[in-house]
This record gives sequence, C-alpha cells and structure tokens, in this order.
Amino acid sequence: MTDDGARIVACIPRLRRYARALIGTPGEADDLVQDTLERAWAKLHQLRRRGDPRVWLFSIMHNLFVDRFRTWRARPDEAPGEQAEAAPAGTPGVDRLVLRDLASAMKQLPAPQREVLLLVALEQLTYDEVALSLGIPVGTVMSRLSRGREALRALMEGAPPSASLRVIE
Amino acid sequence: MTGNGNAPVTEADLHAYADGLLAEGRRGFIESYLATRPDESDRVRAWRRQAEGLRALYDGVLSEPIPAALPLAPPPRRPFPLRLAAAAALLLAGGGLGWTLRAALQPSRSAGSAAADAPQELARRAALAHAVYTPEVRHPVEVGADQEAHLVGWLSKRLGTELRPPRLGAVGFELMGGRLLPGKRGPVAQFMYRNSAGERLTLYVATEPATGTNTAFRFSQEGSVGVFSWIDDGMGYGLSGELPRPELLRVAEVVYAQLER
Repeated sequence: MTDDGARIVACIPRLRRYARALIGTPGEADDLVQDTLERAWAKLHQLRRRGDPRVWLFSIMHNLFVDRFRTWRARPDEAPGEQAEAAPAGTPGVDRLVLRDLASAMKQLPAPQREVLLLVALEQLTYDEVALSLGIPVGTVMSRLSRGREALRALMEGAPPSASLRVIE
Repeated sequence: MTGNGNAPVTEADLHAYADGLLAEGRRGFIESYLATRPDESDRVRAWRRQAEGLRALYDGVLSEPIPAALPLAPPPRRPFPLRLAAAAALLLAGGGLGWTLRAALQPSRSAGSAAADAPQELARRAALAHAVYTPEVRHPVEVGADQEAHLVGWLSKRLGTELRPPRLGAVGFELMGGRLLPGKRGPVAQFMYRNSAGERLTLYVATEPATGTNTAFRFSQEGSVGVFSWIDDGMGYGLSGELPRPELLRVAEVVYAQLER
C-alpha cells in the first residue's frame, strides 16, 4: 500500500465515528463512509496536492451527505429512522440518561449545525479546518457552532438560548 | 485568537476557550473573565459537557472492526480485454466520442506533444480571457449570479457537461456571474468572482477531450496575471487573478475540492 493509501485507511475509524454521529443509523452511516472512500480512491491523485487527508475526506463526505440530505428532505420515507442511540454501558462518570437525551437533542438540530458541532466537538478540527471541509466562511462556522451549542443546551437543560452573539463585555 | 490578549471578549473567544483553541495569553484573560461571570462560565461548562457526551456516545465506533464492505485500497484496474470492449462499445454508441478514440490510437500524429502543451495553452487562454473581461465595469459577466440556475443550465448545455460554479465564500470571494467564450475546441465557460476589496478572480473551464490525463496544479505568470491550471476528468481549469501566488493557490485548492463531486 502507498503512503497516501495508508493515510486514508488510518482515517477510516474517524470517518465512521463522524458519520455515525451525523446520521445515527449505523447502516446508513457506513453507506456514506463507503461512498466517501470510493470517491477518495478514485481521486487519490488529489491528495498529493493537499496536506491533511482528514479535511479532504470530510469535504468529500460533506458533499455526499448534502446530496443525500436533499433527497431525504424531498422524500422523507427514505430517510433513516429515528433510531435512539443506545448509550454504551458502563461509561464512567457519564449518566446514561443524559447521553440518551444528548443523542436525541442532536437529532433535532438542523443538519448544518450538527455537522459543525460534530467536526468541532467530536472530531476536534480547528475552525479553519471545519470551514475548508464544509466550504463555508469561518464566520459561518462560528455562528452555526454558537447556535447549535445553545440549542443543545436549551434542549437538555430547558435553558433559554442565549441571545448574545456579539461582544459581551 | 488575536494578538491583543486583552481585547474585548467575544462569543468566538468563549467557544475557542471551550475547545482549547486559544493562544496562551488570551486563555488567561478569558479565564479571569469567566471567574467573575457565572452565567458565561455555566455556558462554557455546558458546551464542554456536550463534547464529552458526544465522545462518550460515539468513541466506541473508533475501536469497532472496519466492515468488510468498506474499500481499503483503490479498485483493481479492469482487465485489458474488458476495457477494449468498453471502448468499442463507446465507439459504436457515440459518434462524438469516435474522434477521441481515433486520436488516442494514432500516437504518431503528435497526440503526445499536444497533451503536454495543453495545460500551458490553457493557462495562456485563461489569462487572456481574465485580462479582457475583468476590467469591464458595466458588463463583466453575461449572466449574473442572481440568475444562477439559468447560468448553470446555460453553460452546462453549451459545454455539454454539468458545470457548477464553485462557491468561494470560504476564501472571501463571491460569484459575480459567468460568460461563454470561444475556445480552441468549442465553447468555454468563464466564471468571475470578487472579494470585498473589489479584487476579481476568474475561473476558466474548457473541455479537454484530447488529453485524458489528469495533471497537477501548474502555476504560470502571464504579465501581472497569475494562473493556476490543471486538467481533471477531461476538463481543463485555469484560475486567474492578480493575487500573490500563495493566496491564489489557496483559492485553487478550494475550487479543486468542490469540483471533485
């Protein structure tokens, strides 16, 4: 296997984690990963011009996800079911009910906010990397992140979403 | 995130603090700010708990075995006889493709050198088109970005392939519109972009049937205009602008990432 190939394979677990969190249904999530990898292998020469394979792979996945998401919105029957994610048993220090609430609150966020939140909080990309992966300005990344986090907080704690998106001092 | 550690606190600072993305000096300042703001520090703590919760929910996927359906390497090339059969089928199916195949089968007729020249020729034409149309004040484009659906349909139809202007908002450029130009082998599309400083970029898109190979980014300087050109999937692209080379490269990478669809 080439070095580039090895770099892509090394990213697969993270692509699967992100897709699972984004879509929820394991089968649908792996279908998205499969399409992403097939496209990546077909376009392998592109990787040589780009530094970080993660950003490249997430951008391919984003494009494919947007296409599917559009189809799901037009034909809701084909959308993956609202399957509640079972919290892993025995996760130390985290309440399983809280995790179940979090998983269902995530599903209520608009997909663009969910993407940003997951790339930042779960995949720990920098804001610039998220902007490149999703093809949006950094300012849009920040506003989606802010809205997504406040909406989650409101859903989980019953707190009103904060209105202060500007300078607060 | 700024050079001045004591600048007013923004919402973005709080997120960057929660995500561990702040520079050292700024971090201390935000910490002392949060120490006196229980509401804000509650929010930051809640965001961190969200992140911990997401990792608790999904980190298990990282250690699952990779399903067998996921391809771990590029697909093997098809065996030769099958590819030949496919080529023959294409030849029979489409008269338009016939001449491509003929060119490919007659290497003696300098097809090789034509392929080598293609990116350079492309860059020159792209730079020329850039120089001609970017100074236009009243009619820089034929169809404006406000009629994007029409623009996409029209240019796609004329070039005979689906063509979508990339979105360059991530690097600060907005689509102004596009126009159709005569090219060496038929119509060529030009998309024009501008940033808030009024600087203009153009993306020149031509069909490149004769080469069939993909090339790396190539930079050339045509007078004051810099051009990154490349060929990918039978299309030639030339991104032109009077920008410093690293900036132009950054835009080219964004264009490239979107065209891989």
